[in-house]
Amino acid sequence: MNVLVFLIPTALLLGFIGLLAFLWSLKSGQYDDLDGAAVRILQDDDLKT
Amino acid sequence: MAEAVDYSIFVAKDDDGLSQMSLAIDGIDCAACIADIEQGVKALPGVVRARLNYTTHRLSVAWSAEGSPAEVVDKLEQLGYRAHPFTGRVEEEEARRAQWLLRCLGVAGFATMNVMLLSISVWSGNVTDITPETRDFFHWISALIALPAAAYAGQPFFQSALRAVRSGKLNMDVPITIGVSLALAMSVFETAMSQPHAYFDSALMLLFFLLAGRYLDHEARRRTRAMAGNIAALRGEMAHRLDAAGTPVRVPVQALVPGDVILVAPGERVGADGRVVAGLSSIDESLVTGETLPRALKPGAEVFAGSLNGEGALQVEVTAGGQNTLVDEVQRLLDGALAARGGYMRLADRAARLYAPMVHLTALLSLVGWLIAGASLHTAVMIAVAVLIITCPCALALAVPAVQVTATGRLFRAGLLVNAGDMLERLAEVDTVVFDKTGTLTLPDPRLRLPPGVAPGLVALAGQLALSSHHPLARVVATRATGGPLADVTEVSGQGVTAQVNGQEARLGSLAFCAVAPPDHLPSDVSLIAFRYGMHGFVIGVEQALRPDAKDVVEALRARGLGLRILSGDRAEAVAPVAAELGIADAKAGMKPADKIAALEALKAAGHKVLMVGDGLNDAPALAAATVSLSPASGAAVTQAHADAVFLGRRLRPVQAAVEGAGVAARLMRQNLGLAVVYNIIAVPLAIAGVVTPLIAALAMSGSSILVTVNALRAARGGRKDEATDATPAQEVLA
Repeated sequence: MNVLVFLIPTALLLGFIGLLAFLWSLKSGQYDDLDGAAVRILQDDDLKT
Repeated sequence: MAEAVDYSIFVAKDDDGLSQMSLAIDGIDCAACIADIEQGVKALPGVVRARLNYTTHRLSVAWSAEGSPAEVVDKLEQLGYRAHPFTGRVEEEEARRAQWLLRCLGVAGFATMNVMLLSISVWSGNVTDITPETRDFFHWISALIALPAAAYAGQPFFQSALRAVRSGKLNMDVPITIGVSLALAMSVFETAMSQPHAYFDSALMLLFFLLAGRYLDHEARRRTRAMAGNIAALRGEMAHRLDAAGTPVRVPVQALVPGDVILVAPGERVGADGRVVAGLSSIDESLVTGETLPRALKPGAEVFAGSLNGEGALQVEVTAGGQNTLVDEVQRLLDGALAARGGYMRLADRAARLYAPMVHLTALLSLVGWLIAGASLHTAVMIAVAVLIITCPCALALAVPAVQVTATGRLFRAGLLVNAGDMLERLAEVDTVVFDKTGTLTLPDPRLRLPPGVAPGLVALAGQLALSSHHPLARVVATRATGGPLADVTEVSGQGVTAQVNGQEARLGSLAFCAVAPPDHLPSDVSLIAFRYGMHGFVIGVEQALRPDAKDVVEALRARGLGLRILSGDRAEAVAPVAAELGIADAKAGMKPADKIAALEALKAAGHKVLMVGDGLNDAPALAAATVSLSPASGAAVTQAHADAVFLGRRLRPVQAAVEGAGVAARLMRQNLGLAVVYNIIAVPLAIAGVVTPLIAALAMSGSSILVTVNALRAARGGRKDEATDATPAQEVLA
């Protein structure tokens, strides 16, 4: 059962990274304009014409 | 228009020396608009940043020293979008709260998942071969995750519970807080004593479900609020303020202060309350008092914001809102009415008031009962806490908000923006509907009545001539113009306009000016304007038209068994035909704001629950006094602020949709509360009997929460979009 000593902290760490990623995305305003994000992906504004 | 526009009150400076402004934008209907607007605005000199929020239809712009806000608005106009800057302090506050709730939800979600991972290992281990050491290890890790997570994610509930207790009341958050804290405390104790059961997962799951409900509720409200904010901003109420040199500058009405002198052009709305200092005119105060006949004005007369100026230009000195007799009166009545309504208690709070003491009493009784029956103190406390956890009102706390969210979304699609959270509950109890007439049953813009057999060409000519006049009646006639304005039109003050057309004189104006006899085909309540072209002369009537579906909606409401009444500030002659056409027997005319309140109070005293639908400033106190209130988006700003919901479009159908939606929502809320009670009837005896394990608690809690949420989703059915939005909100407001 010694393997648990490594596995559980690892699982928690991964989960914690996920939480941090969520909090970061929230802080950087990624949930402010959900409809806009869906349509902006279709814009060709990064292409050189 | 070469006139300067001053938007400075909407502009905020940030730390980098950039100026920032937010604008509400109308006319965004496709994804391509995003690139259009952003690139168009960024191309302006000095603009550093332009970002469009496609969800809320708002553009945030930042520019350096050389840019100017007026250029941005002009550019957007060129691109084909109507835009108006706005300030949204309340909304910023709400956006912060939404983020906070979402952060709490994220933390609770993370903690729930990880603790559940450990709990399931323990549960399966308990029935197989887990060693006590491993179990304790898992429990301690759970505690390590659960305690800080609950302390953070539980804040919305702890704060609200604390507020409620401080003011001597009980709400749902009180039993939630007690349940969560006790569950955590007991679990830590059990872990320390190396016992097999801990409730860390239940406490966190409870917080997670409740936060999800609360966040959705908040978001639904915020979305309708943002939409209503856009409508208000897009009215773009501007006034021409005279500066020291006497040059008019266009400023937003919010920037006006008492003492400013504003210029009100013929046919323009008055931007602020004030006193006439120069000019002669008549004024249409239908939006303010409901009276449809214009009132004559001379220097010294009082005017109210929202009134429509007639034929002459006015200079108005702005006075503080409180100095006006009418506005003052409205405000005073409003305060009284609002204080009187504070007594309404939300369904959820009423349930909480009954539920919370009952739960705590049951827990106490099972503690005492088991002690008397000879159980050890430890067992008795365990059972009492299990009762608290099982009864923790997860389903009960979700029962009402979940329905509210889905029902509000349904009404949103039907063209109704809900302001007040408990509006649906109150609306469902209504048995009487009171309508205002002007602008509510009738359209905010009037309709023409032409004499029979008139050649369309003549009407179009009258319309073209009317384009050159500022008179309100002429502006209605001008909608019939097929070409541009005529050349060389002369305006005869107070009489009408005249021009030479193909060698013959055309005149539009008063009956005497056009030498036309008063007509006999029009009822007495219609305003008249005459037209003469050579030997042809006729009279055009301008009257308030009913909303296109007013009759159907009134019929449908009557079929639902609701009592219908009209309380109007307009004259009896104008009210009677409308009442007759709609078949509403109980119509009162000439009502002042105080009369309307008195009438509503009388109805309420007779045991009626009243829905008030009105748009004028004079309706605002009555709206606040009614059980529940609706206002069209074209109504006065103060009135909308006090309405529980605002409806969009030219139709009255959203009113019917609201009443129907509220009926469905109230039924589902009661069903949900019923489900929560049934759940308790089954689960509580199990808890009292002492057979509830953490596994059973977790299943019962998530099961009941999911059940009420799924049931609430049924409120989303119905609510058609097509009918309500035949005219876009902005057009409607402009009209």
